[in-house]
Amino acid sequence: MPAVGRNVLRKEGGGKVNGAAKYIDDLSFPGMLHGTTIRSTIQAGRILSVRPEFDPSGFVVADARDVPGKNVIALIEDDQPCLADGRVRHVAEAILLVAHEDRDALLRARFSIDYEREPPVDDPALSPRVFKEISIEKGNLGRGFARADVVVEGEYRTAHQEQLYIECNGVIAVPENGGITLYGSLQCPYYVHKALVVLLALPPDKVRVVQTETGGGFGGKEEYPSMLAGHAAILALKANRPVKMIYDRVEDMLATTKRHPSIVRHRTGVTRDGRILAMDIDVLMDGGAYLTLSPVVLSRGVLHATGPYRCNDVRVHGRVTMTNTPPNGAFRGFGAPQTLFAAEVHMERIAETLGLDPVRLREINLFRPGDTTATGQVLGADCSAAEVLREAVARTDFDARRRALAGTRSGIGLSLFFHGSGFTGGGEVRLASRASLALTPNGARILVGSTEIGQGTRTIHAQIVADALGIPYDRVEVADADTACVPDSGPTVASRTCMVVGKILENCALEMKARLGALTPAQYLDVHGPLVVTREYEKPEELQWNDETYRGDAYGAYGWGCNVAEVERDPETYEIRPVRLTSVCEIGKAIHPILAAGQIEGGTAQGIGFALLEEVVFRDGAMANAQMTNYVVPTTLDTPPIDVVILESGYPHGPHGAKGIGEMPIDGPAPAIVNAIRHMGIDLRQIPATAERILEASCVSS
Amino acid sequence: MKRLLDVLREDFGLTGTKEGCGEGECGACTVLLGGEAVNSCLIPFAQVRGLAVTTIEGLTGARALQDAFVREGGAQCGICTPGMILAAVAIPAGADLQQIRRSLAGNICRCTGYEGIYRSIFAAGSPPAAD
Repeated sequence: MPAVGRNVLRKEGGGKVNGAAKYIDDLSFPGMLHGTTIRSTIQAGRILSVRPEFDPSGFVVADARDVPGKNVIALIEDDQPCLADGRVRHVAEAILLVAHEDRDALLRARFSIDYEREPPVDDPALSPRVFKEISIEKGNLGRGFARADVVVEGEYRTAHQEQLYIECNGVIAVPENGGITLYGSLQCPYYVHKALVVLLALPPDKVRVVQTETGGGFGGKEEYPSMLAGHAAILALKANRPVKMIYDRVEDMLATTKRHPSIVRHRTGVTRDGRILAMDIDVLMDGGAYLTLSPVVLSRGVLHATGPYRCNDVRVHGRVTMTNTPPNGAFRGFGAPQTLFAAEVHMERIAETLGLDPVRLREINLFRPGDTTATGQVLGADCSAAEVLREAVARTDFDARRRALAGTRSGIGLSLFFHGSGFTGGGEVRLASRASLALTPNGARILVGSTEIGQGTRTIHAQIVADALGIPYDRVEVADADTACVPDSGPTVASRTCMVVGKILENCALEMKARLGALTPAQYLDVHGPLVVTREYEKPEELQWNDETYRGDAYGAYGWGCNVAEVERDPETYEIRPVRLTSVCEIGKAIHPILAAGQIEGGTAQGIGFALLEEVVFRDGAMANAQMTNYVVPTTLDTPPIDVVILESGYPHGPHGAKGIGEMPIDGPAPAIVNAIRHMGIDLRQIPATAERILEASCVSS
Repeated sequence: MKRLLDVLREDFGLTGTKEGCGEGECGACTVLLGGEAVNSCLIPFAQVRGLAVTTIEGLTGARALQDAFVREGGAQCGICTPGMILAAVAIPAGADLQQIRRSLAGNICRCTGYEGIYRSIFAAGSPPAAD
């Protein structure tokens, strides 16, 4: 029986439900020290002096002078130091590291640091430093606006969002074999490997990175673990002992990355009957103090900024700038939730301006197979915007509910969205990801750098390999993500683990099957000895992308989604309570339907938090509510019933037609909820839609 | 004084009980104290004198619920799972969805949107009640 498409027993399940699974804080090594970080308390300035205010005997202390190699976190541009070298650019920037075998003794490790302060940059619009600027142009904007009957303009804002994985960031660095072995809670072992090689000036084979069971990531363990790994490794090499560093919740929230805040402006030319003729979109994102992943976040943001709508004359201009806060970084959706929020709330305002039904306006303009995107990509037969919209509207009885709720303190709204799977066309080629499959006496063993962080990576990869080899699912094993034995399959990000890495594995399995011929695995091993098949990403021939002009096929494939949200407003407190949320997602193929639904349900809940609850309060450049008491994410009582519908319209180059799924579900809830609030007559263009904002907007609107 | 959480994890090596926030907000450290679900990060060790403490390692009679968490998507990353299972075990038999929601309101899961957790509880026979 084929494994793909069935809810086979998860490979990574057992240990998580009986307490046996070992997360990083559950591990210990002989002679291990505990490490901590001394951080800046100002936003910007020069460090004048650092004096210990404790007796440092028995402690290991390190600063920038102890970095064996280059004092940077190697990622895109080497602009972020691992330890501050004379200057700080944000609150909570690491200055010193301290280790001791008694964790409680670290509380005594206090330093007095004098600074010469410099004025901080707080407003991304006024920043003197632009990290990255991207323009997409299609057709002739002037021509489009000239033909339009009506022009609708608007500005939309989204805020920081904290990933809030329940397991904080943590690593253990072990000096061994003339190098370092790094165990940690992380998404991308090879990102950490690359960073440590540069930081420690070690040959690549002297750095080994092993992912331990990881308690959630959502992007928050994409780039930051390289920083933490660097800190632990510097201490471990200086002490010549293993060093464990586990953040507590406050430190994790203060120091690590958040979702980029955004300000998106739309100017749209439409005809009276609802055809969009011109789109002029300006995207501004707040990058924080260092460049880190901001150019790529901006890229995904601008590539999704039009929403799933056809238009001949388009200009999208985006920039991400420096401010003196901790760097913003990867978070599920990676720029797209910000720009799709703006696009979908703006669509609702266009419908209002024209007096058109919001579903009708979307039907008129949505992408259909054969349409071209803003970058000129011709959409394939799997383009499903019309299908997801139709299904969501029918399933929720949208038109009737909308009429029934009109004029009450309840509202219903929808959002239509799409999400590119994998890195951009150019990105996957540059990654050149590899995956391997080793023959075992009764099946095969998967060797990939992709990590299991809750989404079921091991399970879906094993399903794909089992079916390609034609063997039962339980005869496929999956190796741990350990750089000493698995190849670099690229990072576990960007909704690429199933579609891209899964496809490489399928190719490995097909090659292995051909090599086996009529032999069983055991016979093959007897006759020919060990067999390991390694394959690399193969770009589908028709995909063309130009990074200079931003023209071409931005992504191999897109998933398509439609959300319908029904909400009610508390008459006294003005709080918005979500009543139900329907998410229709077209994902090519659900390799494991329960795991796929889990991605949609979980992403939707995070999207509800983004829309209504989650507010990072900054005061003097520092998160003022860096604890779970004050930063509120959805509990069981804040999360409404989530109705998930999965549609499948296969992508020819995905394994069994599968496209990406991890990120897309978080794109839709915020605009659907804000459009439902708009249905109540409240004009809100900013999230989170807290009670205070609803009260304020109600006073203005009424 | 040590917290119950530290005694379990450090003195007994029972690392199935997790720390998520250290302030009683997330519920990852939930254990049963005299059959009641509590946050072990908020319990000074002296307070457990004379009471039975049940951690995920010592939980018996909930196999069906634990299996259901694997099969029905109740566990994704798994870090909240031991606490979530212990909180679920403490729900009175025959509870409906709204009662289950209320009972689990102190246990945060960032992965599932809770739907998979409800599915798991109902699949195991609502609710499971430990013996």
